[in-house]
Amino acid sequence: MEYALANIGVHLTRIGGTRLLAEEEEVDFFIHKLVKMPFKFLGQDVYLTTTHVCMLIVIAAILIFALVARHKIMNSEEIPGGFQNVLELAVEALSNFVNGSMGEHGKKYVNYVGTLILYIFLCNTSGLFGLRPPTADYGTTFCLAIITVTMIQYNNIKYNKFGAITSLFEPLPVLFPSNLIGEFSSLISLSLRLFGNILAGTVMIALYYNLLPVIATIAIPSFLHAYLDFFSGAIQAYVFTMLTMVFITQKIEG
Amino acid sequence: MSNITNEGLILACSAIGAGLALIAGIGPGIGQGIAAGHGAAAVGRNPGAKGDIMSTMLLGQAVAETTGLYGLVIGLILLYANPLLSRFLKL
Repeated sequence: MEYALANIGVHLTRIGGTRLLAEEEEVDFFIHKLVKMPFKFLGQDVYLTTTHVCMLIVIAAILIFALVARHKIMNSEEIPGGFQNVLELAVEALSNFVNGSMGEHGKKYVNYVGTLILYIFLCNTSGLFGLRPPTADYGTTFCLAIITVTMIQYNNIKYNKFGAITSLFEPLPVLFPSNLIGEFSSLISLSLRLFGNILAGTVMIALYYNLLPVIATIAIPSFLHAYLDFFSGAIQAYVFTMLTMVFITQKIEG
Repeated sequence: MSNITNEGLILACSAIGAGLALIAGIGPGIGQGIAAGHGAAAVGRNPGAKGDIMSTMLLGQAVAETTGLYGLVIGLILLYANPLLSRFLKL
């Protein structure tokens, strides 16, 4: 592993004696180990990585926004203006989004889905602020998918009772293994979709910045950032939450 | 030929394998194109339902994209966290 990582140095050519590109430069989009933790987990060394730092920054940003918003709502005015208007618009849009796709069950899940979409969206777009997106680490997306799959299965058992088990043997008892895999495959597909998209964006931007001459990195990458960080990140946040809602509604109404 | 090291051979074959794995991008490309085409046709037939059509189309496209991303992840693993090389070096 270390050997493989050490060999990714990019060898570049000199044309006419001028240094067009960086020589032996590492394309840097890896997760860096920052601080070694004083304990071990399952025999493995535990490190504080860039993912944790970026995640804490994102969480701090959300917290500060939430505190400011709370202060504003507590001292709300009869005729909303400016910031309060924006907040009300956002909350209304969010609850419409959830109620539109979950129907009557939406009320209970507005909080979870709202948190999820805010967090994933900010994580995905944190590449714009020079951070390494925390969602480009499989650990983050896998945990998010575990939460979602737990909620799906909880609702399955809560609303279908024994139907949750008998539906695994339908239409034929022979299909039990594939039904069981199908129940938990959304864990892999949900997490890999988010991870793959954001990692692809991160890798492409890192390659662009490291492999091209400095003059090409002046204004042109803004289009790349707009598409890979912003558009793709927004779409993936939308898709993750949308699929969460669709799966949960399926189980409730199933 | 004699000065190709074992590690070099593994790295070269991994690079070829990564390229082959990314052929997986063909399928999602075709699928997303079909979805977008039918989405455009649906909007043409019923412009009032543009919002619903858009969200359904994007959801379907994102699901179709997953298979391509599996290929991408395998390609990235082969290039940057090569399991074959680390196994060879350990043996």
